[in-house]
Amino acid sequence: MSLEVDIRKRLGAFRLDVSFASDGDVVALLGASGCGKSMTLKCVAGIETPDSGRIVLNGRVLYDSEKHINLSPQKRRVGYLFQQYALFPNMTVAGNIAAGVRNGSRAEKREAVEAQLRAFRLEGKGDKRPRELSGGEQQRVALARILANRPEALLLDEPFAALDGYLKWQLELELADTLRAFGGNVVYVSHSRDEVYRLCDTVCVLTEGRSSPKCRMRELFSSPGTVSAALLSGCKNISRAERLGARALRCEDWGVTLRMGCDVPEDAGAAGIRAHYLTIAPQDGENVIPCGVERVIDDVFSTVVMLSTPGGRAGRSLLRMELSKEAWAAQGNPRSLLIRVAPDDVMALRGGVGHD
Amino acid sequence: MDWYPFYNSLRIAAISTVVIFFAGIFAAYYLARLPRLVKGVLDVVLTLPLVLPPTVIGYLILRVLGPRHVIGAWFLRAFGLRLTMTWWSAIFSTTVVIFPLMYRTARAAFESFDRTLADAGRTLGLSNTYIFWHIRMPVCRQGILAGMVLSFARALGEYGATSMVAGYTPGRTATISTTVYQLWRTNDDAAAFRWVLVNIAISAVVLLAVNLLERRPSPQRGAAA
Repeated sequence: MSLEVDIRKRLGAFRLDVSFASDGDVVALLGASGCGKSMTLKCVAGIETPDSGRIVLNGRVLYDSEKHINLSPQKRRVGYLFQQYALFPNMTVAGNIAAGVRNGSRAEKREAVEAQLRAFRLEGKGDKRPRELSGGEQQRVALARILANRPEALLLDEPFAALDGYLKWQLELELADTLRAFGGNVVYVSHSRDEVYRLCDTVCVLTEGRSSPKCRMRELFSSPGTVSAALLSGCKNISRAERLGARALRCEDWGVTLRMGCDVPEDAGAAGIRAHYLTIAPQDGENVIPCGVERVIDDVFSTVVMLSTPGGRAGRSLLRMELSKEAWAAQGNPRSLLIRVAPDDVMALRGGVGHD
Repeated sequence: MDWYPFYNSLRIAAISTVVIFFAGIFAAYYLARLPRLVKGVLDVVLTLPLVLPPTVIGYLILRVLGPRHVIGAWFLRAFGLRLTMTWWSAIFSTTVVIFPLMYRTARAAFESFDRTLADAGRTLGLSNTYIFWHIRMPVCRQGILAGMVLSFARALGEYGATSMVAGYTPGRTATISTTVYQLWRTNDDAAAFRWVLVNIAISAVVLLAVNLLERRPSPQRGAAA
């Protein structure tokens, strides 16, 4: 079980340069909107043609610019779940699923459709039109249709983009079951780190059309490596930084020098600290920063405190600390604070920082 | 009352509508895939009959199909067949006149077609022909039907080009519109009026059909879930 993708494509000023592989695992393509995630999926499915590169699925070459191989979408056996599901509006639910059944006699097809209707809890909906279904049911029909087609890889394009928030959780649980049962190569495109963290095994971050090396999902959160990956993983505090020796980073936007728990890479240009990893320090010490309290924001389940640092650039580089409401209440509304970050929780990052 | 013009008009309009159904959707479908410049030029050429006076179209057809011109002369020599001044000559003129109506409505329908439906079909292994006839056409059905009805109505009312290409021979090439003109010219006002009423009745029925078609929800629109 493997899917190898290594493609390049120019679209006006935009350049797509993506390379990743799946070994039968669920790979997340994580990136902001417009970074080329959907275009990548379309190239894998054969709907769009890259300018150059290679796509190999389970040893079958789907596309190879050097050998002039470019299989039609019909021959690729790649299932594609579109954002809006792309159900055929003129056909019934059963008709849609039947369109996915590749071959077999009429009776065999009917049986395959019945089996999919049962497997996706769509009994009794076979005669309905797609527009008569809820968003969640439409998604199940689309998945049933794709899996009836017996694809060798599954591409999911923001599966929850078309759904209301309260529906998502139940559907996400179902989708997790479906993906586990499928057991093959899955590429999951999303901009939501939470969704991707729960559903995928590995992740490949896309920044303005360029992919970074694939890593385990946990690594994205413990050591994202680049500024864009850190931002996508939800890191709220990022400063331009300079390497000061093997285990120290001078963070320019905050005007502080932080000790690191591990060696700083030579090309580190930024530092990141998650808002949850800033803690209130009882006294001065290593990695302790005296801060002024600029704003306190009462969030749903926590309190967010915006802090100014002594050497920080005025107003633009506040540190964001998140702590429980009780912990903040116990502080008694101070004007200034000592805060600390453990050396292991400082992340050295590559890539530029845009402060505007 | 001799009903030949009624029958002849219907038969000419029906055959031309069938012809432009295929020609119109074919042009609309394939033109969309051409490079922008070629598409722009062809679009102008194909839409031209909509704005040209029917007499100009009739003249151009005669220049090509007339017995003393390229194609017309060849047919006359090879098959002893005159392409003009027969009842079916009118099919040439009505087809050219109504082609832009069908072409443009089909194009508009195809342009509003959700591309991902075709893409989904292709990834499922469905052939392009199957996708065209079982997904694209049914989804665009409403626009295409409306285009056909309009084309049919226009073909029924065609006068200028038809009178030049097929002429007016009672019982042979007479249509409703040429008959009205002939009867009016010969001061047979009562008979002309009868045909005017027939024509109005047919047109009203056709437009009613268009309205009914537009009222029925198409699968592409319809209530969202």
